[in-house]
Amino acid sequence: MNWMRTNLKLLTSYPSALAGLVVILALVIMAVYAMVSMPLSEAINLWRAGEGIWQDTPRNAAPAWLNVFRREKLPVTQVYDTTQMPGSKTVESLGGGLKEIRVVFPVEYAYDGFPQEISVFTTAQFEQARPNLTMYWLTPDGREIPLGNETLRASESFRLSQDTRLSRRLRNQPAEIGLFADPGAPSPTVLKGTYQFVAEGIVFEDAADIDVKLVVYGQLHGLAGTDHRRRDIMVALLWGTPIALAMGFVAAVGATVSTMLIAAVGAWYGGWVDELIQRITEVHLILPILPILIMVGTLYNRSLVVIMGLFVLLSVFSGGIKTYRALFLQIKEAPYIEGARSYSASNMRIVFRYMVPRVLPVLIPQFVTLIPSFVFLEATLAVLGLGDPLLPTWGKVLWEAETNGALFNGHYYWVLAPSVLLLVTGLGFSMLGFTLDRVFNPRLRGL
Amino acid sequence: MAVSEAPSMQSPSTAGAPAGSAVWRIVRFTLTRFVALFITTVIGVYLTILIANMGGHVDEIRRATIREGLAMYVGMAQEYAHLTPVERRQLVEQLAEVEYKRLGLDQPFIVRSFRYLGNALILNLGRAEQMTSDSGSSQVRNIIMERLAPTLLLTATSFLLLFFVSIFAALALSRRYGSFLDRLSVALAPLSAAPSWFFGIFLILIFAAVLQWLPFGGMVDAPPPPTRLAYFLSLLKHLVLPVGAIVLSSIFIGIYSWRTFFLIYSSEDYVDMARAKGLPSGAIERRYILRPSMPYIVTSFALSLITLWGGSIILERVFNWPGLGRLFYQATQVFDTPIIVGNTIIYAYLLAITVFVLDFVYALVDPRVKVGSEGRSA
Repeated sequence: MNWMRTNLKLLTSYPSALAGLVVILALVIMAVYAMVSMPLSEAINLWRAGEGIWQDTPRNAAPAWLNVFRREKLPVTQVYDTTQMPGSKTVESLGGGLKEIRVVFPVEYAYDGFPQEISVFTTAQFEQARPNLTMYWLTPDGREIPLGNETLRASESFRLSQDTRLSRRLRNQPAEIGLFADPGAPSPTVLKGTYQFVAEGIVFEDAADIDVKLVVYGQLHGLAGTDHRRRDIMVALLWGTPIALAMGFVAAVGATVSTMLIAAVGAWYGGWVDELIQRITEVHLILPILPILIMVGTLYNRSLVVIMGLFVLLSVFSGGIKTYRALFLQIKEAPYIEGARSYSASNMRIVFRYMVPRVLPVLIPQFVTLIPSFVFLEATLAVLGLGDPLLPTWGKVLWEAETNGALFNGHYYWVLAPSVLLLVTGLGFSMLGFTLDRVFNPRLRGL
Repeated sequence: MAVSEAPSMQSPSTAGAPAGSAVWRIVRFTLTRFVALFITTVIGVYLTILIANMGGHVDEIRRATIREGLAMYVGMAQEYAHLTPVERRQLVEQLAEVEYKRLGLDQPFIVRSFRYLGNALILNLGRAEQMTSDSGSSQVRNIIMERLAPTLLLTATSFLLLFFVSIFAALALSRRYGSFLDRLSVALAPLSAAPSWFFGIFLILIFAAVLQWLPFGGMVDAPPPPTRLAYFLSLLKHLVLPVGAIVLSSIFIGIYSWRTFFLIYSSEDYVDMARAKGLPSGAIERRYILRPSMPYIVTSFALSLITLWGGSIILERVFNWPGLGRLFYQATQVFDTPIIVGNTIIYAYLLAITVFVLDFVYALVDPRVKVGSEGRSA
């Protein structure tokens, strides 16, 4: 305990160790937040969901905080929903079962950029007669643009941006530009002000009703933006944290502890055991680990747990054994081991109670520096398309960005967010590990 | 340690006299290493085959392919046109049995695994299921050989760059211990936690996407330039980013650890002695610091080259570099098992060759091997 306290004090005197600790703490907080705010099953569902769930988010939108640095503000998504805004819908009975439903959404638009898309979603309840809906758009300068007259089914979606008749009416501009453009300006510029979306519906039954949702998709979204399937990248970034940390930690524990134990056993027993372990280590040097992992991932199972387990299994006989072996051979000659022998301690007792504790100072830094390599291994496999089929991870975000040409199309945020997280994690752990190495190995302390 | 005697091994009087026996010792060392490595390679390849066949998956695929081919043949052939579907299926099964026998698929796996091993060792890797080489061959060996050159070019270039730059930078820094650059190298060392492809993505982002100075990927322009010089220049242009990524990913840790290593070595007594004699610092570095630490440097670089082979798989995918790694990736995309297994075996061979070559270099630089006292001790 005492050496731990002194070492801890030493550790905090290194700024890089402090920085590493802060990063790790931040990651742990992020992981806990992810787990508290959203259960894993929900994250998996969200990440695997299609457009049905991700209806109100734009496609490939950059993070919203970019507006802080921009002179020309880009829009964020605005959603107007009659089920959420009860005051926006008025119902007037016309007698004879006929009802007029009038929906008015005041659309405040003060951005400099045009929206990305504009869509209307309707749900209608009726028995037999399908309701009718007329939609139009009122601009701040008093123009009235008809958006269409439709007979509704139970649920409809009108993608106004893909409506060619509407765009012809808007002088061949797509709806998201034509509806918001200043008609006087030579090049499309936004006319700022309060627009009005008006939908007038007629239902023919007493119990019938219409609900309308208008989505003006922005060019920016949330803290991390969205991907090509309208998913909020933040879901994967958040839940990727506990997955990465757990993976790195468990795999690193497995790899270091098993390697050290085997080295200890080999060094203690010597003879053919030692020789065998040495030879296996040499075979291991030649085993192409990553190709084997890829092969297993492709042909059998690409679950992260299986692949990581296999990796730990394959790295048991890694080069680290030689380092530990050299250490154990020194320790073996120490007088206190002889003391233990003289009171006839069992072999296992000597290995576990006398030898292993002595190498912990070497083991701990190695263990800490190993964690990021496992975090990156997950990303590596994901970038090869062998990511876990279910879990949302940082590597999978990167992979999807890569395969959808994010860099080529200028969606830099999509690549940057997961890579910065990966880099910060890697740096945090390895800065701490490096410093631990210097603190625990007195030979390096001065350097 | 024998290291402290190392400088005296250098002097011509001791090395010159028993020249013949020194050569013999190196040859003997090389031969024993070769035999040992060959055995290790055989075991390594055998393990690869075992893993590749885990659960008999590969055989299932092969059986299905055979049956499918036969079903096609029976369905198309005129002489079987009169058969009923049931008879036809029986015929396919019969023919398949014969075919299994011909290919040895009826034998237990243990027997077959040794046959696979033999085939793999002589690089008889079979035929690809879907992919072909650019020249049209579907022999896995031809496909792999075609892709080997770009991988070797990429790996060798970055390895040589990495080796020399990090050693000389480390030497220079160990001379300026505590300077700003020195402290910078210590601070940058943790960056090496990230693998090369990761730096590759950043390099593409900066130099290809934003600045548009260098291409996103590939090996030469399309269409390839006609003249040899233009081809070379185009190759060079495409080589900058992937090599840069590899170098970036390992250079900081390399410089850091060698600088530390050299610092430890330069505090040895015989270095102080050499300084006291008034030798120029260049000579001290070459003879008294670099020379005795050379075996360790070589071993450590052997290990780094081994990680380089693995890392190049993803790097090649990120940069669309037409080498073994991208081949591997493409094969996994279309589930071309013979290529996946063959490629894994090739990687095992590359690793074995790497270890062997570096063992040989090790024998050349380690004076202990030259005098033949203790063969391999690293």
